[in-house]
Amino acid sequence: MKTPVISAWFGRGTLVAPPDIASATLRSDRFRLEREGDWRRLEAIVARMERGGLKRISDEDLLALPALYRIAASSLAVARETSLDAATLAYLEALVQRAWFQVYGPRRGFAAWLRGFLLGGWSRAVREMWLDLCIALFVMVAGSIVGWLLVARDEAWYYRLVPGGLADTRVPGASREDLLATLGTEESAVGLSSFAAQLFSNNSAVCILSFALGFAFGIPSLMLLVHNMAVLGALVWLFAGQGLGTELAAWLSVHGTTEIFGILLSGAAGLHIGRSMAFPGPRPVLAAAAEAGQRGAVVMVGVVIMMVIAALLEAFPRQLVEGTAPRFLIGGTMLAFWLAYFFLYRPREAGGEEP
Amino acid sequence: MNAGVTAGKLRRVRPRGTSRADEKRRRELVTPEGLTLPITIASRGSRAGALIIDFLIIVFGLVAFHLLLFWIAGGLLDGTPLDVDTAPTGAREFLQILLVIFVFVTWYGYFLVQELGPRGATLGKRLVGIRIAARSGGRLTPEAVIARNLIRDIELFYPLVFLIVILAMNTLGEDMGPLAWAATAWFALFLLLPFFNRDALRAGDIVAGTWVIEMPRTKLAETLSTQGAAAAEGTSAVTGVRYEFGEAELSVYGEKELQTLERMLRESPDDALTAVHATICRKIGWEPGAGDERAFLEAFYAQLRAKLEGDLRFGKRKADKHS
Repeated sequence: MKTPVISAWFGRGTLVAPPDIASATLRSDRFRLEREGDWRRLEAIVARMERGGLKRISDEDLLALPALYRIAASSLAVARETSLDAATLAYLEALVQRAWFQVYGPRRGFAAWLRGFLLGGWSRAVREMWLDLCIALFVMVAGSIVGWLLVARDEAWYYRLVPGGLADTRVPGASREDLLATLGTEESAVGLSSFAAQLFSNNSAVCILSFALGFAFGIPSLMLLVHNMAVLGALVWLFAGQGLGTELAAWLSVHGTTEIFGILLSGAAGLHIGRSMAFPGPRPVLAAAAEAGQRGAVVMVGVVIMMVIAALLEAFPRQLVEGTAPRFLIGGTMLAFWLAYFFLYRPREAGGEEP
Repeated sequence: MNAGVTAGKLRRVRPRGTSRADEKRRRELVTPEGLTLPITIASRGSRAGALIIDFLIIVFGLVAFHLLLFWIAGGLLDGTPLDVDTAPTGAREFLQILLVIFVFVTWYGYFLVQELGPRGATLGKRLVGIRIAARSGGRLTPEAVIARNLIRDIELFYPLVFLIVILAMNTLGEDMGPLAWAATAWFALFLLLPFFNRDALRAGDIVAGTWVIEMPRTKLAETLSTQGAAAAEGTSAVTGVRYEFGEAELSVYGEKELQTLERMLRESPDDALTAVHATICRKIGWEPGAGDERAFLEAFYAQLRAKLEGDLRFGKRKADKHS
């Protein structure tokens, strides 16, 4: 009387008609046989939902789903008090659990979630971690000042901070012309799009790392921020020494306003998790961590989008647009856009998910 | 957000008649209807298995994609009289971008898309029969799925890469210094986190508020009271004897024994029933016969269940033979 396990691999087996209700000698079995049809229908609907979403389900079945779920749930409640048939109880428990995941599962598809995210969800999540943003900003400013001071005191620090591959001709003692040349533009757009793709992949990975490290009370996130900004500080020192500070700022601002903002956000998101775990307040630590983690995840999806934009800006306008003023214009516009989007754009929260 | 309806409650379950390791993984979920549902935390072994399957799928997928791209790009080069370095840059560049973006999307998208689906599980998880769920008992939100998957990098892949680097350095005989050991300890902490808490939560689960549970797949078994001697009021089809048990004989056993008997009747072959038959006969003071064990047990099962269920309706429960 063993059910062959292998049949589970080939979808539904042939359905055997249930025995006649009157033939059951036990009251609990008669109870079961009367409701079995509804349970099996619910099981079929749930199985189809698990396989392929809602599209393949007829309207009739979809309307019946909540009622069938409640029938199964109340059957389980009754069966627990009246039936000692362990197999039926186990089946009902599994069925109600599976149906519960579908009935109370996420009703919003990814597209709907993305719309809600772009139209308010993202900027709300950013505003909700304002304190961490302030801390991260402070740390970043401090980091770049530290970078500047270190290099100003001892040039050897420059080689420690700035990785060799990145710097090429940008080393202490380089002439003004050499430095200016690194800020120049490319002749044509050839090769820049793959450069952009590389930049995006690399920068996003760094941001995700900075977020993920926040788990350890946020300290590694801050260290990562300090290190990144110290490199920047060292570069600024180098160029400012040759009177090229403004040119460098313009060159950086094209993509930097987006990219550094993105790094700021991911560091703040990591710090947010770490801070809420260290100081959970009246909530349990795990609940606080989960709440902060989900908010951080929203911000991180946004950061990935920002990194796409930053990589495009870095590869094309920065390498093709020359002149300090146009570069500042692009960078400033982006910065103004992000600030407005995060802090001025405050649509009212929609009524939330429908039940 | 309909908090009153969606927010279920979870609490620890009193152990029931299962093995000790299984009991430790049992939890209870209260649905919005007020119904308690037993759920089982996925074992660490099955989670590791699922991860390895997923990882293999990703790696093989990426390798296959790389080979395909090289095959296409190779074709591009063959068709032109040019050197590799000066090959048509547009097409090659396009393929390069495709590669970078494909790797990125696969790495992060594979888990995200599948866990956001209606099954809440990746291919590997489905194969071992587990899924993710919200720890609060509420809905599984996209935010939670994103959060738990972003953390995976630092708790798993970076430590693994790091360990490989250390091993390589060791074989080359290079000195690692204390920093490397500190980093190893730090990564090991993340990697081993699931072993330090009851719910086998990894760092990503903690941050996202999720956990991984087993996905039950139980088929509806047949009704026992409609077949064999149970349906014929205790009459055996083999011998025609009618088994009937009195009040005293039926009050020897409780629910636990009844359900053990049920499992035997459903799953065991006939010859395994002989021992059960003999035990029950001895217990109720009957002389055990031979050849008609199944009919005897079916009749005994049906009548014992009828009695216990009858008592149940009057609010009397007999958990096992000792009570």
